[in-house]
Amino acid sequence: MSEVKLSYTISGDDFTRAGEASGDVKSKLKVLGVSPDIVRKVSIALYEGEINMVIHAHGGTIDVIISEKDITMVLADKGPGIENVELAMQAGYSTASENVRALGFGAGMGLPNMKKYSDEMKIDTRLGEGTTVTMKVLLQ
Amino acid sequence: MTVESLYTADGMKMVCGGDGSKQIDGVYCCDMLSVAMSKAPAGSCWVTVVCNLNTLAVASLTDCACVIIAGGVLVGDDVKAKAEAEGIALFSSEEPVFETALKVHGMLGA
Repeated sequence: MSEVKLSYTISGDDFTRAGEASGDVKSKLKVLGVSPDIVRKVSIALYEGEINMVIHAHGGTIDVIISEKDITMVLADKGPGIENVELAMQAGYSTASENVRALGFGAGMGLPNMKKYSDEMKIDTRLGEGTTVTMKVLLQ
Repeated sequence: MTVESLYTADGMKMVCGGDGSKQIDGVYCCDMLSVAMSKAPAGSCWVTVVCNLNTLAVASLTDCACVIIAGGVLVGDDVKAKAEAEGIALFSSEEPVFETALKVHGMLGA
């Protein structure tokens, strides 16, 4: 399998379309014959990232690179940045607004889920400039 | 048990039939989407009161067999249309989450 690259633009504050990119990646991975366990890991990690971009960062871009060894997901936004990454990584900590919580989000599980379901995760964030999260899921 | 068994189940209103041949392996209850995203087992019947397009996105990504919107929560036309477009089996129930889940659980054991 040669390298496959998928790119998506995520619109901010549009909850009706949130999850479309993750859904598309999921179906493409299935077609490529990636094992269900890996597909689930990637789907969860990516969906959480996608939702975070919609909730907190007015959207952004997602690039997914599928190689023979791993799947790399790069989620970049020009949002407000994360003030305290360590705190944001704690399960249950959330800065989501009331109306976002009413939709069933804001449990404070976004970043913890992303970390749990990826094999490697790197957060590069700058206040007032944006955040880039890079996640890697190994294929073996 | 397959999803089809719920089509005519007492107290269950079918919103979208989806794939009736899908196997239901268990029942899962949760109203926080991020928690459901990481915990809902594939093949489960997910019972929740959260009814929006994201509910369907989570159901689809986690490979739930079907979704039941409990507690008499209204299923909007946008959700119905999305379920039909994605082929997700969707039901609604007037009973609360626990009673609804218990009913499906009972059917699974029967």
